[in-house]
Amino acid sequence: MGLVTATVDRLTFRNFTELASLTGAIAASGFRRFSTYRQATVASLVTNTMFGFLRTYVMLAIVGTAGATLAGYTGAQLAGYVWVGQGLLGVVLLWGWNDLAERIRSGDVVTDLMRPIHPVLSYLSADLGRAAYAMMFRFLPPIVVGALVFQIYLPKDLVTYPLFLISVLLAVIVCFACRYLVNASAFWLLDHRGVTMFWLFTSGIMGGLYFPVHFLPDWAVALLWFGTPGPSLLQAPMDIFVERDGVAIRVGLIGIQLFWAVLLLWVCTVVQRRAERKMVIQGG
Amino acid sequence: MRVIDVRGLRKEFTVRVRKTMLRREKRVVAAVDGVDLRVERGELLGYLGPNGAGKSTTLKMLTGVLHPTAGHVSVCGFTPVPQRIKLARRIGVVFGQRSQLWWDLPLRDSFDLLKAIYRVPGEQHAAQLKRCRDLLDLDSFMDTPVRQLSLGQRMRGELTASLLHSPEILFLDEPTIGLDVVSKQAVRGFLAELGARGDTTIVLTTHDLADIERLCSRIVVIDHGKVVHDGSIQDLHLRYGSRRRVIADFDVAFTYPVDLPGVVLESSTGTRLVFAVDEVGPLAAVLAANGSLRDLSIAEPEIEDVISRLYQTPAGQVG
Ligand SMILES: Nc1ncnc2c1ncn2[C@@H]1O[C@H](COP(=O)(O)OP(=O)(O)OP(=O)(O)O)[C@@H](O)[C@H]1O
Ligand SMILES: [Mg+2]
Repeated sequence: MGLVTATVDRLTFRNFTELASLTGAIAASGFRRFSTYRQATVASLVTNTMFGFLRTYVMLAIVGTAGATLAGYTGAQLAGYVWVGQGLLGVVLLWGWNDLAERIRSGDVVTDLMRPIHPVLSYLSADLGRAAYAMMFRFLPPIVVGALVFQIYLPKDLVTYPLFLISVLLAVIVCFACRYLVNASAFWLLDHRGVTMFWLFTSGIMGGLYFPVHFLPDWAVALLWFGTPGPSLLQAPMDIFVERDGVAIRVGLIGIQLFWAVLLLWVCTVVQRRAERKMVIQGG
Repeated sequence: MRVIDVRGLRKEFTVRVRKTMLRREKRVVAAVDGVDLRVERGELLGYLGPNGAGKSTTLKMLTGVLHPTAGHVSVCGFTPVPQRIKLARRIGVVFGQRSQLWWDLPLRDSFDLLKAIYRVPGEQHAAQLKRCRDLLDLDSFMDTPVRQLSLGQRMRGELTASLLHSPEILFLDEPTIGLDVVSKQAVRGFLAELGARGDTTIVLTTHDLADIERLCSRIVVIDHGKVVHDGSIQDLHLRYGSRRRVIADFDVAFTYPVDLPGVVLESSTGTRLVFAVDEVGPLAAVLAANGSLRDLSIAEPEIEDVISRLYQTPAGQVG
């Protein structure tokens, strides 16, 4: 992939370990940077937990009227789906990341380009560090609250735990790539709010945040999974956590996520290259 | 060894100008218009010009973040844009109005991160950092998050950050902008020391003429994207005929006629005479021998004068 070959001339073992330690160092800094925003973390925890309550009551009301299961979920699974979703929201960081667009607008992006590392790789590394922080401080608390108040489904298979972590990692990468592309539109459009709006509206619905995509007709479900990165953002890790499907399908979901992660990162590098070619850096 | 080789460098920007309510016109402006520049290893070059002359645009092209419209560019043997990532390892850059540090991290952490990004060996990093800490007095704010640093403190951090990987060329775009006298002197002293060691080539853009006088053995002046002067400050004075002044004060009015080659009487109040001279010696001898000389002072030509005259000369009709 262009991303890697641009950074290391030949992918030898030594280069690979250097690359790993480099991305590790940037990720660690992402972790530390994010940990300085304690108030923001607390505020979003409160909001996400509040919405968790609302959404659980709505879901339970729906299942209550429809009988024991709905679209393949039991009541406890739906409650689990809600709380895992509330926790993951801050981990994949669906909304509220416009660092890159801001830096493009101000022209500060020039300092990103001065570094001997591909910008997509360096932003991705920092985002993984941020996600690791969020996994501890923004994912766990809502799950604990949800589990204490409601009867939520916790994984029965041991294998679900590693599968879930891999799925979250891929979800973060897919979401990062989408956010990167939305932000990178600022290279072309001085006002990229339209693109951001589109992302805000579609990501939650297609990602399965408001309701599981399985509530939709089968053809729409298939279209979403295979034709859009949407379900790879949230639906996949949530379904894996509540063990909606058998192990084979759970692994399959990870395969779909992997496909989207690789494809979108590749698109990011292409877009970045295009942007650099025609780029005009703002400001003196 | 030649570290920068630029020939016929040109950058055009397309700007849309609003003519009437509905009509907008595209206009092409050449921000850099055929610049030739050769820099040898170890030089400390002042790259000057009035606002909007094309200095920053040139530096962006030399560092590989902006595509030239035309021309040949080679920096450290690389073609900057396609080989940007390789080049980045060999150069250091400070843009005075931008920060390359991480806003939320203490300086110390920013430096550690740069060590990883540039893959600087441990001892080299420690040695460079120690030198910068001593010369730039960083110790009192190494643990302060960058967003809490004053401009002067941050700028010292920026300089350190650009040097940790021991770059061959350091590009500085207005590194002393907005600094107070003390910080300016700290930065200047640091750059002078770095320049004197002779292994780092420095390309410096500034509007502070004291920076230039103190630091630059060679200055390149551009205006409207074209090079209008390339040489030493002395060359510039020679070219514009700017000369030293001799100011002589007497107890009683001095009336002896002075007629020496290369000496011009600029003003006289009887007891105070101001001369413009090429050589001080013969004049001083005449003044001392023929009057009641009380005080004699010599003023170097003002660089500000020559530079402003240079900036006012329409581009293309130089000298
Ligand atoms: N992104 C851009 N789009 C259009 N024109 C630009 C752009 N960037 C610079 N210019 C124009 O190019 C010219 C040179 O700008 P540049 O920033 O290189 O000047 P400078 O010499 O650095 O000036 P200063 O001393 O004010 O920093 C200016 O006329 C400026 O208006
Ligand atoms: Mg400038």
